[in-house]
This record gives sequence, C-alpha cells and structure tokens, in this order.
Amino acid sequence: MPESSALFGARASLVSGQVDAVFLFILAIAGFFFVLTQGLLIYFALRYRRKKGEPPAETPYITGNQTMEVIWMVIPSLLLVAIFAYGMFVFIKMTTPIPGATEVQVTASQFQWTFKYQDGRSAANELRLALDQPVKLIMTSRDVIHSLYIPDYRQKQDLVPGRYTYLWLVPKKTGTFDIYCAEYCGTGHSLMRATLIVMPLPEYDKWVQSERQKLKAGVQSPVERGKALFESSGCLGCHSVDGTPKVGPTLKGVFGRQVQLADGRTITADEEYLRESIVEPGEDLVKGFQAIMPPYQATLKDDDLAAVVAYLKSLK
Amino acid sequence: MTTHDPHKGAPVEARLGIWAFLATELLLFGGLFTAYLVFRLEYPELFHREHLRLSRVLGTLNTVLLLTSSLTMATGIAAIRHGRQRTLQIALALTLALAAGFLGIKYVEWSEDFSHGLFPSSNLFFGLYFVMTGLHGLHVILGMTVMVWLLWRARRGDFSAEYNTPVEVTGLYWHFVDLVWIYLFPLLYLIG
Amino acid sequence: MSDEATAATGHEPDYLAQKGFRSWACTHDHKRIGVMYLIATHSFFLIGGILAMLLRLKLLTPGPALMSDHAYNVLFTLHGAMMIFLFIIPAIPSSLGNFFIPLLIGARDVAFPRLNLYSFWIFVVGIVITVASLLQPIDTGWTFYTPYSAQTASAVTALSCGMFLVGMSSILTGLNFIVTIHTMRAPGMTWYRMPLFIWGMYGTSVIQVLATPVIGITFVLLVAERLLGIGFFDPAKGGDPLLFQHFFWFYSHPVVYVMILPAMGIISEVIPVFARKPIFGYKAIAYSALAIGFIGFLVWGHHMFVSGMSTVASVIFSFLTFFVAVPTGIKIFNWIATLYRGSISLDSPMLYALAFIFLFIIGGLTGLFLGSLATDVHVTDTYFLVAHFHYTMMGGTIMGLFAGLHYWFPKITGRMLNEKWAKQAWLFIVVGFNVTFFPMFILGMQGMPRRFSQYPEKYQPLNILATVGSWILFAGIFIMFLNFVRSLRHGARAPDNPWQGLTLEWTVPSPPTVENFETIPTITDWPYGYGKKKRQAK
Repeated sequence: MPESSALFGARASLVSGQVDAVFLFILAIAGFFFVLTQGLLIYFALRYRRKKGEPPAETPYITGNQTMEVIWMVIPSLLLVAIFAYGMFVFIKMTTPIPGATEVQVTASQFQWTFKYQDGRSAANELRLALDQPVKLIMTSRDVIHSLYIPDYRQKQDLVPGRYTYLWLVPKKTGTFDIYCAEYCGTGHSLMRATLIVMPLPEYDKWVQSERQKLKAGVQSPVERGKALFESSGCLGCHSVDGTPKVGPTLKGVFGRQVQLADGRTITADEEYLRESIVEPGEDLVKGFQAIMPPYQATLKDDDLAAVVAYLKSLK
Repeated sequence: MTTHDPHKGAPVEARLGIWAFLATELLLFGGLFTAYLVFRLEYPELFHREHLRLSRVLGTLNTVLLLTSSLTMATGIAAIRHGRQRTLQIALALTLALAAGFLGIKYVEWSEDFSHGLFPSSNLFFGLYFVMTGLHGLHVILGMTVMVWLLWRARRGDFSAEYNTPVEVTGLYWHFVDLVWIYLFPLLYLIG
Repeated sequence: MSDEATAATGHEPDYLAQKGFRSWACTHDHKRIGVMYLIATHSFFLIGGILAMLLRLKLLTPGPALMSDHAYNVLFTLHGAMMIFLFIIPAIPSSLGNFFIPLLIGARDVAFPRLNLYSFWIFVVGIVITVASLLQPIDTGWTFYTPYSAQTASAVTALSCGMFLVGMSSILTGLNFIVTIHTMRAPGMTWYRMPLFIWGMYGTSVIQVLATPVIGITFVLLVAERLLGIGFFDPAKGGDPLLFQHFFWFYSHPVVYVMILPAMGIISEVIPVFARKPIFGYKAIAYSALAIGFIGFLVWGHHMFVSGMSTVASVIFSFLTFFVAVPTGIKIFNWIATLYRGSISLDSPMLYALAFIFLFIIGGLTGLFLGSLATDVHVTDTYFLVAHFHYTMMGGTIMGLFAGLHYWFPKITGRMLNEKWAKQAWLFIVVGFNVTFFPMFILGMQGMPRRFSQYPEKYQPLNILATVGSWILFAGIFIMFLNFVRSLRHGARAPDNPWQGLTLEWTVPSPPTVENFETIPTITDWPYGYGKKKRQAK
C-alpha cells in the first residue's frame, strides 16, 4: 500500500526535508503578508464603512506617503531576494550530481515507465531501490514529453525525446511510494503510474540476487519470454494484467473470453484473435475502446509473437 | 481632430499606427530569426553545406530588385507630396513590376529546389529557408495587393499634396518588407 | 436595450438608438463594437464555464465513470483554450476598453474606427474556425506542447489558424489603443491627468502588440511542422521540443499581464469612487503597470524549471520572476492605503473590487512558491499550479471584470442593476470560488498532478469538495447574469453619474450619445480629487 503523501515532514528522500523547509520559509513570509494585507483590507472596509443612506463623510486628501512607499518597496524586495536565494540553494543541491551513484535508465513511453538497471534487468512500472544508496536516473522518452514525479520525494523531472535528463535520488525511508506522470502525454496520461519500492540494503541485495538467478536461468519458457516481451514492448502502458481498467481492455483472463466487438459481433478470443489484435489492432476493435493501439507487425514476429500469445493465455 | 500639415506628411496617428504595426511584424519575423539562430548554432556544418545550394546570383538579383522597388516607392511618395499625380502612378506601377519580378525569381528558385529534391522537410536549413522566404513572400504579395489598390485610387485622383496618407503608410510597410529581405539574404545566402 | 430614442437629457439620441443588423455589423462606433465584443467574449465565458462544470463532475469520482479519458482530455483542452484566447484575453480590453477609453480621455472614438470594426470581424472569423476545429476534437491541453501536438491526428492545424486570427484581432486592438491614447486625449489631459484605467490599458496594449506576434509565429512553425514535415520541434529531425516551449511561453507569460493589467486598472478606478478618496500613490500605480509589462517579458522560463532547461537559465528566470512581485505588491498596498480613512460604500462594484484584492493576494502569494526553484519542482504541473492560476486569472481578472461590469453597467445600458441580486451573486461567487479552488492547493501539495482524468483514491475527498464549490460558484455567476439580463429591461433608469465619479464618462448621459461629448472638454485636474478643498492647490 503506497504511503499517503503527508503535506510536510515525509522525509522520504534526502532532499524532501529541505524542500519542505523552503516551503515553510515561504509560507511564513507569505502568511505574514497575508494576515497584514487581508487584515487591513477587511478592517478598513468595515471600519470606514458608510452607513446606508448616509452622505459621504469628509475624507482627507491623501495622495501618497513617500516614507511608507519606500518601506513597502524595500522590505518586500529584500524578503523576495531571500526567498529566491534559499530556493536556489536547495535546487542546486537537488540537481548536483552525487558521486558513486548507481545508474538506472528510465524510458517513458505512452503510457508506461520502463526501468533498466545496470545489470541488464528491466522492469515495467516498478522501480526498486536500496535505502540510503544514491541513485542517478538517466531518463528519456520514446515518444512525447513525460514527467517523472515522486511526490513523497518532492522531486520531478521531464523526460524529453531525443535527449537525456537526470534525477538524483537518495531514498531515506523504506516503503512504497507513488510515481506519477506529471506532463500531459495523451489519453493514458493519468493512468501512467509506477511504484517506487525502497528496501533496506541487505534485503535489496537478496532480491537482486534472486532476480538475476531468474534471468541467468537461460532457457526461458515461452510464457516467461512472452512476459518479458510484453513488458518491454510497452503493453502495460495501456493494458493491465490484473483486471484494472486502463486505456485498453484488461488482459486478465482474456484467452477464451467472449469479446464484444465495435461492429456488433461477439467472438471468442482465441490464439488467432490474440495474434491479429497485436499485428493489426484496428481490425476487430473491442466495443467501448478507441482505435489507438499501434500495430506491432514490424516488431513482434514469429517466435516472439507466439511467446507473447502464450503469455496472454497464461493470464487467468 | 486629426492634424495634417502637408509639409510634414501623414498625420501623426497614421504614422504612429504604422510604426506600431511594424513593431509587431518585427517580432513576427524575429521569432523566425531566433529559430534560425538556434539551429545555426547547433548545426553549423549543416547550414554551411546546405546554404551553398542556394543561388547567390538569383539572391543578389532579388536584392537589387527589392531595393530598387523601395527607391521607386519613395520616389512616388515624394512626387505626390508635391502633387505630381502622374509620377506617383508611374512609380507605383514600377514598384509593382519590380515586386512581381522578385516573386518571379523566387518562383524560379523554389521550382529548381523542388526539382532537385529539396523540400521543406529535407533538412532544418531548408525548412527554415522555405518558411522564412515563404512568409516574406506572403508579405510581398500583401504589399502588392495594397499597391494595386493604391494605383487604382491614384488613377481616380484620390491623392494630392494635401492627402496622401495611404501612400506614405504603404511606403513605410514596403521599406520594412525590404529591410527583412536585407537580413534574410545574407543570413541564408551568404554567411557560411 | 433602451427602447427610447432619446437619452435622459432629451435631445441627442443615444448610441443604442439606431436599429437593424447592418447598423451593428457595419458600425464604426467604438461603443457598439465594445458591446459586440462583450457579447461574443461572454458567450465563451459561459461555454467555457459549462465545460468546467463537466470536468468537475467527472472528478467527483477517481475512476473511469461518466466520460472516457479522451473525452475529459478534449474538454480540458477546450476549457483552457476558450477561456484564455476567446474570453480572458479579449474580455476587458476589447469590450470595456473599447467602450471606455475614448470616453475616459475625452475623445469621440478611437484613432482608427474602421480598423476597430475589422478587428472585430477578424475575431469572429477566428472564432468560427476555432469552433469548426471541434469536428476533430483536440486533446493537447491549451499549451499544445510538442511533440504531442505535432504528431496527434486532430485539428491542431485548424485551431492554430483560428487562434492566429484571434491573435491578429488582439494586436490590431492594442495598436488602435496605443495610437488613441497617444494622440487623442482631450486638451489639458497630460499623461499624469489620465485615469489609471488608461495607464493600465496602455501597458496592456504595448504587451499585446509586442508579444502576440510571437505566438503567431509559434502557430506558423507548428503548422509548418505538421503540414510540411519540417522538424523544428522533432528530435528525430534535429529539432528541439523545448524550443516550442520557449516560443510558446515567450508570449504566454506576458499575456497574463494582458489579462491582469486592465483588471487592475478597473480596481484603480472603482476604489477611489467608492471610498471617496484620491487614489494613493498615483504615479507608483501608473509606473508599476509599465514595470509589470516590461519585466513580464523576461520571466517566461519559470514555466520550464523541470523541462530540462539548464540550471543557469532556471536560476536567472527565478531571480527575474521575483522582481515582478514588487510592482504588483505596490499596487496592492496602494489600494489598501486608499481605503484608509475613506468613506466607503459597499456597493456591488466595490464588493467585487475588494474581492479582487483579497483573491489576487492569495494568487500572488502562492506565486512565490512557484517562482522559488526548490518548491516549484514539487508543485509545478500539479493542482497547486491550477489553483494559483485560477486565483490570479479568475479571482483576479474575472473579479476585476465583474467590478467593471457592475460599475459601468449604468453607463453602457442606461439602467441600474438590482443591488440585492448583485450582492447575493457576489456572496455565492466569492464563497463558491474559494471552496472550489482553495482545496486544490492542498491537492497539489499532496502530489496530485494536473490534467488527470482519473486519480488515486486518496485525492477524492478534496475533489468532491472542489466540485461542490463549483456548483456554488456557478449559481452565483448564473444569478449575476440573470441580474444583467433582467436589468436591461426592468432596471431603474440610470442617471448620468450614479456613483458620483470624477472621470469623464460620468459627465455624459447614460447611455452616451453617438458622439460621446457635445463639446470636447478641457481638462484642468486629475480625476481623483475627492476630498479636495477648493482652496487647496494641487
């Protein structure tokens, strides 16, 4: 269960506490001016209020006051410079490279996050990190601009196609945290979510070992190969495997399912239907969904295609 | 309400108006020039290589045509300030002819580019080239349209030493169009 | 509209007298053009508002209920594009500005009345093309970021063309106002004797003229990319998606000052009249309008702190952004100081003016969190930002517009509004507005990104609160519009000067005659001489 993002004091990452401190600093100054100005506004509006029907009272002919005007130009200016400086310092801290950080490649696509670790493992929509270990995210997008946002960490960075952008993270708390896409990227934008899982280092190392074992096992069954292809091809961007409705139909239990098509027919989702839906998705469109799935004719062929179909059949 | 002194030309409102309009045009083209600058700094090789494909001869010829057309336009304005209707009409006709010549050469250039397989989508240099000269060409056409209307009005005898505001205002616009070309030409054709 | 052909004074017919479609469609009268813009822009306010209500309905639940994600995305794109380009930007300048600039400076019309008419028709054509683009609904968001906007198969090109024309109308209006203000002030009206609304409109017009062409060329480049395949913003062809953002925000930041300066101008007019006191710090307010306009051109990068822009650029933009808070703060302090020891009557124009100040202070202060680099990273592109710009654009500009509409309704229509209804509406609007938008600050701080058609369940309670607020807000606006429509026929006849204002529009009948003034007045003093003793020298 992801932790809820507390307003302040989450301290989930190295910088989140510092960002919150800047926030509170600004809040204090803004709060002071808020009370001052709104207070005077409301007080004057009521205090000098004319009673209904009363003729206007004599008012003093005040057109300005040089002293006051200078004061309320200088003092706010100084405070504003302070806010700027404090914000800048923490920002620079957030964006300064941390030597010795582990690198993780992040690729965003419509509508999936792919994380690839240095040892070649990759995962879709899940980033697993070790507590206290600095990480450098090297990020790019495959299509349009996305933005990786970890609210609990107070960190966010756009992912731009054709170049790399970076995020430096130091997890300071174990647990699960939300990752959202914060730059509108199309229909599936609000469902483009990932999970950050932070484990204590010993547990993390153990987990990495077991993942590597699985990779090294070499002979992968078609279902396992299909799963890997399914994730790396970005399918999770639009299709869930656990029943959650997303941009595209969920694939949980898809094999053998009675599917109602947009043209009114009802068919059974057999191997042929699954194959056709991957290479020519617009052909037999499912009712209630839009024809936005890109065809995989060029990228998934023969054995690969068969493996994906095998994987889909395994999703009960 | 409007003050007009024949010795000082068009009323101040008209002049302020056209200058404000030219400011907007400056920013419009300014955006394109900024894009040019950005891409040129990033791809100096590409720009050098591609700009050589443009015909310097035709570009220079176009520059001469346009500069001359500014001269004829200015002559027309000076003429009507002294009430010389006929001269104005000749000047306008000449300006139109020169502008048409400019467009004609542009047509030749573009057709040649297309026949050599150079399109806006070919690369960033040609993308900028076509959009910049295209937008400029559109402004030339616009100016010509206004001048045709001026010529028609001039033949009707609408203008005089006392009243020639539309001519003067159009003249300023035309000088601006000329000025844009004077920047376009070296940036696109000459500087490698 | 007034049925009688004669105004209160009895001899000259007022500007509404002549009937018939052609008398409106071919008019050169700045007042009629202002009224036509008023109707056009407010129609889009209502449409955009209904879209907002639909969006908030969808957001009652976190899941896929009520409408598809794509439909939601189309709706928020339309809501933003319509509200910004077809309502907020032109609303005050083209309607109230057109109507009142000549009256306030003692002129019979603007410098180029025919151009004024053409601007209106260009605006209409722009609207038609924009609406036509609905045939292939766009879901890019009003900010059209590339590569998405360059790739997506929807009517981006058509919308760009429509917006280009709307922008042209904006430019020509600004141009007209600059020349009018420079050359057509009544004899004796020096720059320092101009009403502050004129200073505000002058600053606005300069920004309109200089900034709008840049969005024009941005649309040209976007269309060129889509139609001609040029890769300005496409990394695969050597282009840069961030270049689009720089171009886009170079205009779209100054444009928020096009939105707020006229509203601030209205506040500067209303407060002295209803407090019976001279405006405090006239020159400071006048200069701050120009300062805001100027600095506004230098800060566009603060929309791009997390875009991949360099740290150096981010630091510079953040620094400059804080500068713009100084002239803004000066205005706020000066308005509040004007209230001090005034004799304040809380009529509806004044209530809206006070609401403006209250809500704009919140909007402005929350801007501090966005201008500061460290905190911006967290709250940008979240509901915090959505709340901030609604507080400034709606709590600010639109409240200012409402203040102006209530203040000047008698002059435009010759009728008084029903004060009770006006105050009722005001209450609903202010309460509804805060209930709708204040929770969004919290939502943003909690991490809810913007443009989310579905959201994690934990954000639901505050979303429900915001939706309920939107119903209250809508009710208030509805009552307000009902008041306008009803008062057109049944409102009490308005005297020339119902509020005892000192600016020139109150010296002519309500509604004014076609020629505005019988004789052009000669000005001998500034228009804020409340409480001035006859013997006291200026």
